[in-house]
Amino acid sequence: MQLTVLLVVLAVLAVVGYHLGRSRAANAVGGRIVQLHSVPAYYGAYVALWAGLPAFLLFVAWGVSEGWLVMQMVLAGLPDRLTSVDAQGIALLKADLLNLAHGLNTGRQPDPAVVAGAEHYNALRQLGDWAVLGFGSALAVAGLWYARERISPRMRARNQVERVINIVLIGCSLVAILTTVGIVLSLVFEAARFFMAVNPLEFLFGLHWSPQMAIRADQVGSSGSFGAVPLFAGTLLITVIAMLVAVPVGLMAAIFMSEYATPRMRTALKPILEVLAGIPTVVYGFFAALTMAPFVRRIGDAVGLDVSSESALAAGVVMGVMIIPFVSSLSDDVINAVPQSLRDGSYGLGATKSETIKLVVMPAALPGIVAAVMLAVSRAIGETMIVTMAAGLSANLTANPLEAVTTVTTQIATLLVGDQEFDSPKTLSAFGLGLVLFIVTLTLNMIALRVVQKYREKYD
Amino acid sequence: MTTQTQSRMGATMNAPSALPAVPVKMQARDVKVFYGAKQALKGINLDIQENRVMALIGPSGCGKSTFLRCLNRMNDTIENCRVEGRLTIDGDDIYGRDIDPVQLRARVGMVFQKPNPFPKSIYDNIAYGPRIHGMASHRDEMDEVVQKSLQRAGLWNEVKDRLREPGTGLSGGQQQRLCIARAIAVSPDVILMDEPCSALDPIATAHIEELIDELRENYTIVIVTHNMQQAARVSQKTAFFHLGDMVECDDTEEIFTNPRDERTQGYITGRYG
Repeated sequence: MQLTVLLVVLAVLAVVGYHLGRSRAANAVGGRIVQLHSVPAYYGAYVALWAGLPAFLLFVAWGVSEGWLVMQMVLAGLPDRLTSVDAQGIALLKADLLNLAHGLNTGRQPDPAVVAGAEHYNALRQLGDWAVLGFGSALAVAGLWYARERISPRMRARNQVERVINIVLIGCSLVAILTTVGIVLSLVFEAARFFMAVNPLEFLFGLHWSPQMAIRADQVGSSGSFGAVPLFAGTLLITVIAMLVAVPVGLMAAIFMSEYATPRMRTALKPILEVLAGIPTVVYGFFAALTMAPFVRRIGDAVGLDVSSESALAAGVVMGVMIIPFVSSLSDDVINAVPQSLRDGSYGLGATKSETIKLVVMPAALPGIVAAVMLAVSRAIGETMIVTMAAGLSANLTANPLEAVTTVTTQIATLLVGDQEFDSPKTLSAFGLGLVLFIVTLTLNMIALRVVQKYREKYD
Repeated sequence: MTTQTQSRMGATMNAPSALPAVPVKMQARDVKVFYGAKQALKGINLDIQENRVMALIGPSGCGKSTFLRCLNRMNDTIENCRVEGRLTIDGDDIYGRDIDPVQLRARVGMVFQKPNPFPKSIYDNIAYGPRIHGMASHRDEMDEVVQKSLQRAGLWNEVKDRLREPGTGLSGGQQQRLCIARAIAVSPDVILMDEPCSALDPIATAHIEELIDELRENYTIVIVTHNMQQAARVSQKTAFFHLGDMVECDDTEEIFTNPRDERTQGYITGRYG
């Protein structure tokens, strides 16, 4: 409650500070704005930052450390007989304290000392919040006053404000980087736990995937088998089918859009094609499972082939359709980036349009198209929903597109759905698979980006 | 309207004066070009003589490049561009129904303002045209075409050891000569040049100008240029364009020493443009 009030106070002070700073700067030069070093708005922003920022940082610091700090003080105030226990006992004590402090029933008759500690905890937090409100407001007012006093025509307000903004921007980009690092680290650590239980060689080269683990030691089949090759093969099979659909269709569509379509047609068609990219993959999944898979089966029956009702072909084709706009829109950009002067040069030599496209435009755009295809491949590998719904879960090691296969992503999804125990190799194997998947797509993306970069240098 | 008629008469009167024996390669009669509703050329009459260099000069936006692009129908690639009037090459109507623009462009080659070699090897750049027109059936034959074209463009000695390297790796002037060699390789009758030296330094420009002078023996050349010294140096005939009109066309010497129209005089003495 107090903290919300503090935020409101800070916001109000920042707005007030902005206007005070601006008008003071203008008054300092008697209204002749040109004599100021910076535009008045920068003086306003300068004062607003001084008013808001230090107090806000205090607020954040308190928010982060409050729980720990108060808990330490409470623990120090408890009698020795409660605190002189092992780490687990301390953790239990802390949990009891928190539950009591929040008015929750612990299910046991609480020790009076612990009840007193919980009350102490609540009182300290209240006190702390009031202190932060008071101290934060004071800091904001002081900052406002200080900054306002410093305003003079020669002060470089713009440079200082821009430095702060610069730091904020760096902070924002750090968020993305740190998140990535965090995800990678959690993946690596969990995968390491998995590889302690299962031999990495068996995982990478084993031919049998059956992750079901017994919960009790006397159960049948008490150790699962974690040979991931069928999953890799299934992923590869479906990706290849998807690419066989997406690359030719997407590329031809891109060529039509950039070389043959009139501008009016292009402006009408491009958004429609991009709608395809906006369809949630789950909806593609319906389509694959309910329309495409039975269709493939019926065709197969008609020509006398035995097709399972969940087939790699159905999932792959629908996934390919999903990726078409991705390929076509990236290739379209690349083809458009080929300078018109090259086309003119070719026409000027008496080449036809198709000769020009085949012999000049496509070779020039090839590196970019390769990059587009690589990005599409890494999307196909990472796609989960369509495969889960249309290709099935049985880990068959087969190259026959008419059989059911499963992919890495599908297995990860099924392994982690529902309540899982996080000390069994069955659950942990998801992280092993995730790590492999991550390495593969990362490599593909890096190669693609490298190719794109090389391609850019050529025309700039 | 009066000035237009005058200029048209001037053009026909002056056309084949000094060298009456030279046959006319290309002919324009009342050529009008529209970009949508905007008229870019207002009825051009011009004779282009065989084995001569014709320079088209005039201030920016006067229509000289538009006219040049009519001569090999490059304007076809521009949307809502419309050409009226009659344009002929060796008496055949360029915009006639039985002329395929693709075949026409093999007869009327073009060199552009900015050197635009294909991102292929030097060899493949030259061989591109002969290949698509099926002009060389054998590898040796193609080698010969490539060598001859590069020699004619004065580039052979500089690149003969690096024919497999990319054409984009050459210097600007070399690239432009490569583009000229590429145009020659198709053995056209006419070569159109759209400000071929505007992106080059003076030394490379001198190279190209010498080359143009040599090429005159075998080809008819039409060159658009902003550089009046260049027009005076390389051309035998000069046509002055102004605001979509062809104001005056005569022997280059005449135009630069004794222009009939005051607009021409104003332009060549640097009063505007």
